[in-house]
Amino acid sequence: MTALVKVDDLAKTFDVSPPWLNRVIERKPRQFVHAVDGVSFSIHKGKTLALVGESGCGKSTVARLLVGLYEPTRGAVFFDGQDTGVLKSSAANLRGLRRRMQMIFQDPYASLNPRWKVLDIVGEPLREHGLFADDAGLRTKVGELLQSVGLASADMEKFPHQFSGGQRQRISIARALATQPEFLVCDEPTSALDVSVQAQVLNIMKDLQRQQGLTYLFISHNLAVVRHVSDQVGVMYLGRLVELADKIELFARPRHPYTRMLLDAIPDIHMSGSSRTPVQGEVPNPLNPPSGCAFHPRCPHANARCSAERPVMIEKDGVRVACHAVQEGRI
Amino acid sequence: MSAPLLEVKNLRVEFPTRRGTLLALDDISFDIAPGEILGVVGESGAGKSLTGAAIIGLLEPPGRIAGGEIRLAGQRIDNLPYEQMRAIRGRRIGAIFQDPLTSLNPLYTIGRQLTETILTHLPVSAEEARARAIRLLQETGIPAAEERLEQYPHQFSGGMRQRVVISLALAAEPELIVADEPTTALDVSIQAQIISLLKRLCKDHGAAVMLVTHDMGVIAETCDRVAVMYAGRICEIGPVHEVIHHPAHPYTSGLMGSIPAMDDTRERLLQIDGAMPRLNAIPQGCAFNPRCPQVMERCRRDRPDLSDAGRTHAACWLHAQETAT
Repeated sequence: MTALVKVDDLAKTFDVSPPWLNRVIERKPRQFVHAVDGVSFSIHKGKTLALVGESGCGKSTVARLLVGLYEPTRGAVFFDGQDTGVLKSSAANLRGLRRRMQMIFQDPYASLNPRWKVLDIVGEPLREHGLFADDAGLRTKVGELLQSVGLASADMEKFPHQFSGGQRQRISIARALATQPEFLVCDEPTSALDVSVQAQVLNIMKDLQRQQGLTYLFISHNLAVVRHVSDQVGVMYLGRLVELADKIELFARPRHPYTRMLLDAIPDIHMSGSSRTPVQGEVPNPLNPPSGCAFHPRCPHANARCSAERPVMIEKDGVRVACHAVQEGRI
Repeated sequence: MSAPLLEVKNLRVEFPTRRGTLLALDDISFDIAPGEILGVVGESGAGKSLTGAAIIGLLEPPGRIAGGEIRLAGQRIDNLPYEQMRAIRGRRIGAIFQDPLTSLNPLYTIGRQLTETILTHLPVSAEEARARAIRLLQETGIPAAEERLEQYPHQFSGGMRQRVVISLALAAEPELIVADEPTTALDVSIQAQIISLLKRLCKDHGAAVMLVTHDMGVIAETCDRVAVMYAGRICEIGPVHEVIHHPAHPYTSGLMGSIPAMDDTRERLLQIDGAMPRLNAIPQGCAFNPRCPQVMERCRRDRPDLSDAGRTHAACWLHAQETAT
């Protein structure tokens, strides 16, 4: 099996320095946030990789780097064997690339233009890529797309405000599917939705994957949702991947202390009465990350090596973990 | 069982608008015993936050209580004049809201906000109030409490801010705490800390809690009983374990089935088709009937009331019939 998407040592640094005048007068230094720092993974065709982590861990930045909304500071993204950084140098290639990968955003209220009819919203990618013959062809196509996500063709004459949150997210999915992409990047597609509506959207996404062989990168902070949709799971902490494993393996035998902590922290509706083991501490400020392993101040297994030396990802039994304690066999 | 601390009977909340009156809460009845934690769940727009707002007397105009009564330890509080309600709010009923950043004043130090609350409600001197504020912060697990008193809300992280809000709510030792989505804005690891803190403090202080949330997981591990709301009405209420494992109302079963759990291996989640009706278009009969898989003729005609459904109480004709025959 070949990897459709391959990410190699991807990094993104944001310059958050104070303005030039403040730096000169107040002698403030330049400041950088390493939002994503050396992330590598690959996704096979027809599979789903989920990235999980708490707010500020860089998972949305990875999503935006993948579809080209940000330029990577370092590293490369390979799509179907081709380096997207090289492809971008030619406008025609970039167009072809954009057609093959699409994105679904978190907030279905902000990602649809309120002044456009659904016909225009879903039809725009078709128009942009010249994928229809005439006006009637466009309407048939949009109608089919709306039906594939469980809406009616007649809905194309409506405006976004006439739909509920779940229906709007279906419109976003229909728009993303318009160019028949192979790869969909979904950035928290169900976080803004109620649970019963979330179930509808997740079921549609799974059905579409089965019918069209789609490949997903699924970003979420909800581990139960991730467990439901994904094949592989990557856990991120402060801009780095700390564990990457098969779904079943990760949930059955989490290796990294942070993964264990996240799994312990999930409230489970079937364990009523039992309380979770709360972890001490909070996510550190990404402007000033801890030395060594970024997780060491909160880690129950940390020792001197953890605070001095940054662990690298090492693969063992098909699971990639970046942790000294795991590699030394201490846990 | 002791007398209930909070009794809500047939509560109705209306929003008069130009296009007619919207009935936001309809015939809500429940009670909370001292020291009990009652969870209120439902999807957005079900009226769960509104129920909390009606109890603490903070309904946003033009919303108003149009019927029913709310009693705190036997005393009616829904018709009190503004000033008297103000004295109860904070002193006998504490409130915790979703967003800790908007419930704190950004221009005052944490210490000033805490001591001000304590001085307003309790007959203590300024020094005592300060000492009490420090103790409260320590109790909620804020390190270096004494120095933290001099800081402003923006100097605290999200989880720390929510701890401050909890200590503010507990400042005057209230009998009842209304917590509206206290952990929704927080990350899971912080959420676990806040929930266990809230649980411990309420036990220590003997306060009853009404916990409003849309997260069934939080309800499952925190509450004693749970009320499920749909379109402005309670559709099922009962002990938390029974509601989760043996739901009687089809909406509750659908809701439980649609939540992906950590230990399930289902390929597809159960889904309830459609969406909750808008307030101006609540269907006749049972509000859930257009989405209900077990809908009967009677559901489209008559509205069911809460009645005994075995292990829980549910508003559903499926169970009303069982008890009738």
